[in-house]
Amino acid sequence: MSATNGSTFLSRLDKTGTDILKCMHCGVCTGSCPSGRHTSLNVRNLLRKARKGESVLSDETLWTCTTCYNCQERCPRGIDIVDAIFEIRAIAVHEGIILKEHRTVGKLLVEHGHAVPINAENEAKREALGMDALPPTVHSFPDALSEVKKLIANCKFDELMSNE
Amino acid sequence: MSESARKEHEMNKLSLFLGCVIPNRYPGIEKSTKLCLEKLDIDCVDLEGASCCPAPGILRSFDKTTWLVLSSRNISLTEDLGRDMLTICNGCYGSLADANNELKADEDLKESVNSHLAAVDREFKGTQDIRHITEFLYQEIEPENIRELVTNPLKIRVAVHYGCHLLKPSKGRVGMSVERPSFFDELVEATGAVSVDYPDKMECCGAGGGVRSALSDEALALTEHKLSMIEAAGVECIVNACPFCHMQLDVGQTDLNERDGTEHSIPVLHYTQLLGLAFGYTVEELGIDLNSTLNKAFFEMIEDRP
Repeated sequence: MSATNGSTFLSRLDKTGTDILKCMHCGVCTGSCPSGRHTSLNVRNLLRKARKGESVLSDETLWTCTTCYNCQERCPRGIDIVDAIFEIRAIAVHEGIILKEHRTVGKLLVEHGHAVPINAENEAKREALGMDALPPTVHSFPDALSEVKKLIANCKFDELMSNE
Repeated sequence: MSESARKEHEMNKLSLFLGCVIPNRYPGIEKSTKLCLEKLDIDCVDLEGASCCPAPGILRSFDKTTWLVLSSRNISLTEDLGRDMLTICNGCYGSLADANNELKADEDLKESVNSHLAAVDREFKGTQDIRHITEFLYQEIEPENIRELVTNPLKIRVAVHYGCHLLKPSKGRVGMSVERPSFFDELVEATGAVSVDYPDKMECCGAGGGVRSALSDEALALTEHKLSMIEAAGVECIVNACPFCHMQLDVGQTDLNERDGTEHSIPVLHYTQLLGLAFGYTVEELGIDLNSTLNKAFFEMIEDRP
């Protein structure tokens, strides 16, 4: 294939770029998609858009995939569709295209080592159950949390999640 | 329990990986898990100092390296203990098993991840397996042995919700059928309950992939459909194996009720809570009364059991 905008974009995908080219547009993915039954997500169209180029990065339906893997399991061409969606999403995020709620979750991980950290209500629930207020995770082990924060900083994930 | 089954599971020492949603939102599931493991005489210790798995559908979507480095750190903790890791969440299971498989199969990737882990004096070796409590109980303990230990058989009709990442992607799982599995139903029926078939039983709850966290109306559309199928089947409760599905199906009902004035009220139980009831523990001991959706009739029915 010539180096059109589309193939240039697909070459940015780690493993799944050439996979996407195998698509024969049968639509089994779209027909198997539980999100697509209720939202505007059309998996086949999303992948076709990825073949065409970078406009897929700002397609809002990129984020309505629940990653259930039905499409990937049933694809007759054996395309790792959800893996491709992960890779396309990662490119979008690195270009600053990310929903604000997702950025918030990322920041919670950066700060607490948990994407869903403890809160007062649940500390009370734990105590009512006769458990320690904090679980034996990074929440109870500051050294472990320091390790996690160091690894996150080395991966520059904190920068990725910042608003700058 | 038969001698052979006991021997088999003595070979599997485990560490318990809690993740985020169970300890920090549904601690009753954490407690129920420990009560059940004790009853089943399974050697399992807390995996101290573990972090988020990290969440497969969204953090993996943001940056693959961060996802692999943090998951490999969690795996290195269980390697240090020489124990396989027991997960009680489909998301944690999927995230950690996928990372473990990828790193075991790709020396270059392993080397790259280990160059990160070296900064905190850790190393991923690839010596342990990641297990999910349902497939572990099914394969290592077996439903018949669980049935023998049940003291308070449950005479209830149950809608089993497998969730997605317990089974898929099949390339990284334990070979159970993806389209029509039965192992979880068999575990549920070992408690005396009846697993009732219903349309779209294998369908997603709606929460995964960051949809719940950022696009809650879209997530609720899937949940509402799933609930309608379950309600039409006539069951006393939903049983799941994942706290994220648990949260979506539980809080989803109260969200829908608030938004639409509906009256969804199906109790949602993690498998360890159902098993705990069959072992004679109370609704309160298992934290089932700490859900968002509370159903008094269900609690009374459980209390009135023989």
